[in-house]
Amino acid sequence: MSTMLTHHGLTLSEPMVFGLSSSLNFAYLPFVKLAGMPLIAYRSIPKAIIKGLQKNLGVKMRIETFSNVEKGEQRLDELLAEGKIVGAQTSVFWLPYLPDEMRFHFNGHNLLVYGRDGDTYKISDPVFEDVVVADKKEFAKARFAKGVMAPKGAIYYPIYVPQELDYEQIIPKAIKTVAKRMLNTPVPIAGLKGIRYLAKSIRKLEKKDRRYARLFLGHIVRMQEEIGTGGAGFRYIYASFLQESGQLLDNKILLESSDMMTAVGDSWREFALMIAKSIRTKKSEVVDFDAIAKKLESIADEEAVVYKKLLTAF
Amino acid sequence: MRENEVPQDDSAIYNGQKRAIYATDKSGGYSVVASSGWEAEEEATRQAVEELERLAQEAYEACEAGEVSPLMFHMYDKRLDLLSLSQATGLFQWRIKRHFRPDVFAKLSEKLLLRYADVMGLSLEAIQKLPHKES
Repeated sequence: MSTMLTHHGLTLSEPMVFGLSSSLNFAYLPFVKLAGMPLIAYRSIPKAIIKGLQKNLGVKMRIETFSNVEKGEQRLDELLAEGKIVGAQTSVFWLPYLPDEMRFHFNGHNLLVYGRDGDTYKISDPVFEDVVVADKKEFAKARFAKGVMAPKGAIYYPIYVPQELDYEQIIPKAIKTVAKRMLNTPVPIAGLKGIRYLAKSIRKLEKKDRRYARLFLGHIVRMQEEIGTGGAGFRYIYASFLQESGQLLDNKILLESSDMMTAVGDSWREFALMIAKSIRTKKSEVVDFDAIAKKLESIADEEAVVYKKLLTAF
Repeated sequence: MRENEVPQDDSAIYNGQKRAIYATDKSGGYSVVASSGWEAEEEATRQAVEELERLAQEAYEACEAGEVSPLMFHMYDKRLDLLSLSQATGLFQWRIKRHFRPDVFAKLSEKLLLRYADVMGLSLEAIQKLPHKES
């Protein structure tokens, strides 16, 4: 997203784009299953992120979906020929350049297509640092995968990008949205309540089948670290945003909050490490679900302090 | 996390590629650090892959024994389960379950088989049998 906006003359770092679109979130959806496991998200869904960009930054994006593969391919090629950088929603499973171990059926994966060379697309994928390529046929499969959150060939690109931003106004608004959302979401599955709910579910694993229990724990770690989160389920990238904002606005509370958010990220990493150790243990050893749940609850408390502080920053 | 604490565990899963992690320098300033992998993450991914391989292996053996159809093996081999296969094909779960029966599967129409083959990226021929095992 940062690359896309920079391409259109608005230079913004990835953390700034993430923060200004109010993307930080938490959701635990036990009823939405991915490979038999509940959906756990550390940020808003891509569509909400695009909405956040439009609302907070005044960027205008166009999203196109297609009912047939040929039309979808044709349109992408057209846009690329115009020199556009195009965002695309894909299924991880069909992306040929990803290592086998990472290829699961997850349809919400976003990447940037920035060029075409005959039957090969040039792609920048947030999972990895280097640019990658994908064969046209295989890429079409990834764009038109079926199932939950089916991408339907979705591509998106900006049609209007402001060249300057009023940070004094945008930053407070974007931060307040996140802080309030995390603290006050009324439903028990989102925000800090969602984190506490997940902790409760971890405690209940004690009574569940042990294989399932370990897979569930491992699943949390994968959702937190695997798909281009910048580490610790986007908490570090948000801390980086708070730091950059604090410098821009010369705001001490933001800078302090950034340090606190970094500490929160460290706690998430400790939590992941605890889980990794517990799923590695021998069959005879018992997993201390209560300790893992307690760690998670302490993270919710720690995050609450940061959001409350952020609400006093302006 | 400090720059020098960013894990460089050479994860086999990354295949030599690197991933961006946001970390702080001595004075607390943020920047992107390339990570070659983290043990904890590798452990979790490996566990998930092994579980699917285990299910595929079980289905393979059950299919060889004539207890289930090749469809069950291909489902797990392509990292799907009953729910995701149902969502991808638009078929009811109970129907797919029925197709796990070798006698029912053997009589499936080409049209239905193609529906399965398409979401799994397999040929019509490949989906009707087990692949040969190397070992």
